[in-house]
Amino acid sequence: MSAILKAPLTVEFPFTRSVGPVQSAFLTGLRERVVLGVRTGDGKVLVPPVEYDPVTAEEIRDLVEVAPTGTVTTWAWNHEPRRGQPLATPFAWVLVRLDGADTALLHALDAPGPGAVRTGMRVRVRWAEERSGAITDIACFEPYDGQPVEPAGHSGEFQEAITGIVAAARLDYTYSPGRAQTGYIEALGDRRIVGERCPSCRKVYVPPRGACPTCGVATEERVEVGPAGTVTTFCIVNIKAKNLDIEVPYVYAHIALDGAGLALHGRIAGIPYDQVRMGLRVEPVWTEGARYPDHYRPTGEPDADYDTFKELL
Amino acid sequence: MTREEAPGARDVAVVAFAQTDHRRTSEELSEVEMLMPVLHEVMASTGLRTADIGFTCSGSSDYLAGRAFSFTLALDGVGAWPPISESHVEMDGAWALYEAWVKLRTGDADTALVYSYGKSSPGSVRDVLTRQLDPYYLAPLWPDSVALAALQAQALIDAGATDEPALAAVGARSRADAAGNPHAQLRGAVPQGEYLVRPLRTGDCPPIGDGAAAVVLAAGERARDLCERPAWIRGIDHRIEAHGIGVRDLTDSPSTRIAAERAGALERPVDTAELHAPFSSQEVVLRRALGLDETVRVNPSGGALAANPIMAAGLVRIGEAAARIHRGESDRALAHATSGPCLQQNLVAVLEGDPR
Ligand SMILES: [Zn+2]
Repeated sequence: MSAILKAPLTVEFPFTRSVGPVQSAFLTGLRERVVLGVRTGDGKVLVPPVEYDPVTAEEIRDLVEVAPTGTVTTWAWNHEPRRGQPLATPFAWVLVRLDGADTALLHALDAPGPGAVRTGMRVRVRWAEERSGAITDIACFEPYDGQPVEPAGHSGEFQEAITGIVAAARLDYTYSPGRAQTGYIEALGDRRIVGERCPSCRKVYVPPRGACPTCGVATEERVEVGPAGTVTTFCIVNIKAKNLDIEVPYVYAHIALDGAGLALHGRIAGIPYDQVRMGLRVEPVWTEGARYPDHYRPTGEPDADYDTFKELL
Repeated sequence: MTREEAPGARDVAVVAFAQTDHRRTSEELSEVEMLMPVLHEVMASTGLRTADIGFTCSGSSDYLAGRAFSFTLALDGVGAWPPISESHVEMDGAWALYEAWVKLRTGDADTALVYSYGKSSPGSVRDVLTRQLDPYYLAPLWPDSVALAALQAQALIDAGATDEPALAAVGARSRADAAGNPHAQLRGAVPQGEYLVRPLRTGDCPPIGDGAAAVVLAAGERARDLCERPAWIRGIDHRIEAHGIGVRDLTDSPSTRIAAERAGALERPVDTAELHAPFSSQEVVLRRALGLDETVRVNPSGGALAANPIMAAGLVRIGEAAARIHRGESDRALAHATSGPCLQQNLVAVLEGDPR
């Protein structure tokens, strides 16, 4: 058999998240070049702040401004920055305890090389030019040997406080459907539809997934099914999907191809939508150059008897 | 939960374990195609059929596959018709085993099938794992799994708990031990390599690969029927730490220690410990947290530094520990699994064989 199919697959999503009062104050503060922490019941200042005490689980709201200067508590030299990371040039990942805070914030430190970084070194925030109320409003940290910057004691109240963030996420994959589905997709390109027969219960699965879900065994015997089949059940779609150039209403159906042990689904065309019925005999239609059937149309045969497909509903 | 808290509850044992050969890529196989031989092997070694299994629980992650509800397809390999009693955790299979153990302890089932799998090869696992981080303060910075482990390693070095040669020795010992493990991905002498994120070199980091594992659990006398020397789970517990890594002391793992205490691991010495430490530096943290000395055989399988199929590597630790008891090579073993950045979540199980 030929090589396993592969294709690039990109999953990208702008996660929209709301923030609570403490996160809102912290992120809005970054927009305004103010770093805020939150004070716990026992007097510790957490930066970045959380809304519940990690020890007692008590709700905490007592905002306190800390300095934009601080001390590196640990670090790691990243000589090969990856997509999305704060700096495109080699940098150190650092945990920084800002002056006035009891916990550390993770970010990047812009430094010429690992020799210029050590635990205990003094650093300060480098603000991003454009700020929107996100952790990336801190562009990075930079080495700093001056005096600690005295915070102004900001209350945490801001005009136009942000209420949410959009966290864009993108991951790239190389998708491979595996042996069974590769065989199915390749056969479709030759205008054939193949399934796989379970060696135990003899049922023919189409599309094949390489396993019989009833018996839990591998399926390997390839079987050509169809091309004609029977509509076992259907629905009428009245809402047009975005980017779909199919006129509504149209019919989406379960179709049991001849020889298959279960129905697959497809669109029915070539017949008015309100005349599609259970038992209608249909066949796949490939458009020019297509690698899979565009839709199914009536064959003109008499309808199938209910008893011949009732097990496939 | 320890035995003491639930007097009279039934003993539960691992009675069978199987795993794939872990490999850099398995692109010729779908998840279910990769998983099925392992399911068949673990079932065959007990003589059980799907219909005999009281409860099935699995662990996996959609983010590895890049597809929603990817675990539902893997169910085809179990034979889920007629309907079975089934559950899934979006975590390492060790946590699926915990759920199954609870089910058996409460008497809801006598046997359980636990499986987990992960294919890291389709994506970039360092980037994929950033998506499990806090979405407000961490994920937008894309700190990858190696970077976070490197921060932990530097914290250990700063604290005087280890140094780079000691870390290299952990990697070398793991891969040397893996020479006897036909399933391992990295075996024998492996170069320590260049820095990935300093202070961690490639030799300090786990191989990236695909793999699956499965375990059968049974309660009480049923376990003795199915296995000559069942690996009794004497205790099992899991704990989580604060999600902000800047809140934690990265050189310590209090969650591991508490889980070990609650599982009864510290009551008497163990002879074997299978620790889920994907990075050499994390073995240092875990040994310190558990107080393991040189008398304990740590990761005779080679551990996660020799094979780290994400979502299965923790279940493999429990399986490897149990298999040593089955074979009579261990009488009392500790198995540990982790999840999340810098050992955020930790599970400890204590396994024992019948006295000989
Ligand atoms: Zn079958």
